[in-house]
Amino acid sequence: MLEISKLHVSVDDKPILRGIDLAIGAGEVHAIMGPNGSGKSTLAHVLAGHDHYTVTSGEVRYRGRDLLALSPEERAREGIFLAFQYPVEIPGVANIYLLKAAVNAQRKHRGEPELDAVDFLALVKDKLQLMGMSQDLLYRSVNEGFSGGEKKRNEILQMVVLEPKLAILDETDSGLDIDALKVVAGGINAMRSPERAILLVTHYQRLLDYVVPDRVHVLAQGRIALSGGRELAQELEMRGYGWVEAEAANRRKGGA
Amino acid sequence: MSSTLKLDELISQDYKHGFYTEVETDSVPRGLSEDVIRQISAKKGEPDFMLEWRLAAYRHWLTMSEPHWATVHHPPIDYQDISYYAAPKSRKDGPQSLDDVDPELRRTYEKLGVPLEERALLAGVAVDAVFDSVSVATTFKEKLAGLGIVFCSFSEAVREYPELVRQYLGSVVPYTDNFFASLNSAVFSDGSFCYIPPGVRCPMELSTYFRINARNTGQFERTLIIADKGAYVSYLEGCTAPMRDENQLHAAVVELIALEDAQIKYATVQNWYPGDKEGRGGIYNFVTKRGDCRGDNSKISWTQVETGSAITWKYPSVILQGDNAVGEFYSVALTNHYQQADTGTKMVHLGKNTRSTILSKGISAGHGQNAYRGLVKVAKSAVGARNYSQCDSLLLGDRCGAHTFPYIEVKNPTARVEHEASTSRIGEDQLFYCQSRGIAPEDAVSMIVNGFCKEVFKELPMEFAVEAQKLLGVSLEGSIG
Ligand SMILES: Nc1ncnc2c1ncn2[C@@H]1O[C@H](COP(=O)(O)OP(=O)(O)OP(=O)(O)O)[C@@H](O)[C@H]1O
Ligand SMILES: [Mg+2]
Repeated sequence: MLEISKLHVSVDDKPILRGIDLAIGAGEVHAIMGPNGSGKSTLAHVLAGHDHYTVTSGEVRYRGRDLLALSPEERAREGIFLAFQYPVEIPGVANIYLLKAAVNAQRKHRGEPELDAVDFLALVKDKLQLMGMSQDLLYRSVNEGFSGGEKKRNEILQMVVLEPKLAILDETDSGLDIDALKVVAGGINAMRSPERAILLVTHYQRLLDYVVPDRVHVLAQGRIALSGGRELAQELEMRGYGWVEAEAANRRKGGA
Repeated sequence: MSSTLKLDELISQDYKHGFYTEVETDSVPRGLSEDVIRQISAKKGEPDFMLEWRLAAYRHWLTMSEPHWATVHHPPIDYQDISYYAAPKSRKDGPQSLDDVDPELRRTYEKLGVPLEERALLAGVAVDAVFDSVSVATTFKEKLAGLGIVFCSFSEAVREYPELVRQYLGSVVPYTDNFFASLNSAVFSDGSFCYIPPGVRCPMELSTYFRINARNTGQFERTLIIADKGAYVSYLEGCTAPMRDENQLHAAVVELIALEDAQIKYATVQNWYPGDKEGRGGIYNFVTKRGDCRGDNSKISWTQVETGSAITWKYPSVILQGDNAVGEFYSVALTNHYQQADTGTKMVHLGKNTRSTILSKGISAGHGQNAYRGLVKVAKSAVGARNYSQCDSLLLGDRCGAHTFPYIEVKNPTARVEHEASTSRIGEDQLFYCQSRGIAPEDAVSMIVNGFCKEVFKELPMEFAVEAQKLLGVSLEGSIG
């Protein structure tokens, strides 16, 4: 599904990602953890096509294609979804309106007829229930005045409506209360399928109790310092990141 | 044929309505003098009082000078190089029905999407089309006449209803009012006239399409709408103009009068040629629009969507004379490329418990400059007056500008005046967020812009709102990326 090789990324000439190698297959769930500022959101944004980040070298292939050659909207229409760590507010644009425009842009791309308001509402109402959200959030402006938790739920709502092939969730669990975490995890689990891949960026083991990952990676200083199974997350929870960075540094010294 | 070639070439240009029709015109020589005014008046077969009024206006205009206080800039206008009257030749005998209208003209309207025959009927709209300053077609007149409603061209009103014209003309915008209004009073060519008798609710939206066509013909429309006691009317004005090279002056005057318990809604979608991407050409639109809530409990609402013209200078205003009178102003003004707009409103509270609402949405893109200028004036007599103003500006890109000049003068301590303003920029983050959901940036911009204008569009009649949304989309094309 997704193969990242030797990816180097800079912002304003400052290198942030320094050689990422990562492969995610269809049906898999991978978690990326790592200290603040290590480059997790940078990776997520680069995959979604944000033009503030410059890919200086390396390659990303998505379903056999060169992902980096596509515009952000083409990536989305090809099935990539990014749940933002900080969802953006769009005053004046109703939440349901954005969602409908998004669904129809993607349907059009696939050569399917656009949904009218009635069919669309029927589709959304189901998913709304799944996310335990009240209907009036649909008619409020996109994310404007939403609480932190509501914003995160709204991202997941968009995901379950858009049914992406590759979902990248950037700290969607941060700022959620315990019940909301369960709801969000439920939404993510509902998306798990053999055709879909999910990349979770998280700081907490807790989410991974509900959404059990196939692989866990630790990002440190722009590189994947360590990868393992779900037990790696538990170890990190107990020991923090210090030892990972030290170990990675040692390995680099040894290798040189 | 070369004229067809030219037409094709013009149609293929950016501006969708950019073409002009080869209709023979009957013009008065360029320049302005008492003689020219006498000629215009004679050609129109006007009664003496009208000629006297025009001459008085002209003599006053000679004592005035062009205003320069707005934040707009333009090369000097040579008022002697303008021809002040042009009427289509086909007017000579007067078309009896649409079949009598010059086919060339009818095709022009069709290209503009104004097929009078069908669309007017389907939409239930009575159309008084102004082509080159003279009305060439009027529909639904009989149905309206049955209710005692007068809806006709201004020239016809001068001939057929001189007493009404004499009583109300200049009673809201006197010929001494301002430079452009005085000029208009001296030379106005035609326009629309509407009178709704007491207690009558006009059953359809009245509408006028204006076009500017013949070369070098300044347009000086005059519109007068009177809603007698307890009457109601909703009036739509929309316009498009052909492509052209040189700047053209347009100085219209619109006067609205609402007597006791009467209500007038006046909506405009203005889409005149804005000039090209470098700012060449385009219409200069210097308009005086004013409503007078003369009777108690009367109400006047202005709604405007301004996307056209190189320069717009326009302040639809309401004088709230009657007690409990209500004035409203809802505006969307968009400037792109090198367009300049200086618009706003004046709400003058004279009567007790008068209320006014101002909602202004300015959108600037490219090098566009958008200024809101609003005056809220509460006289000593206006006990309990209230005003709420909100001015929002939206910027696309960083070469455009938005300016807000709210003026407030309150002479009565019981008045309540509130003003809110905001400026926002369509951010890259917002665009990226939409893109990451599969929405193209152009669509994201028009979605955000339409969202920004929603509260104003709500005030427009349905079809007009749809038209306005499309217009914004077209006007913003190429403003990002
Ligand atoms: N637009 C930007 N301009 C300048 N620096 C940036 C930009 N985006 C990211 N950076 C820098 O890149 C580094 C990585 O940031 P990133 O947001 O990817 O970290 P993160 O791993 O997601 O951290 P967190 O856990 O706090 O969310 C940081 O040092 C950050 O300051
Ligand atoms: Mg982050």
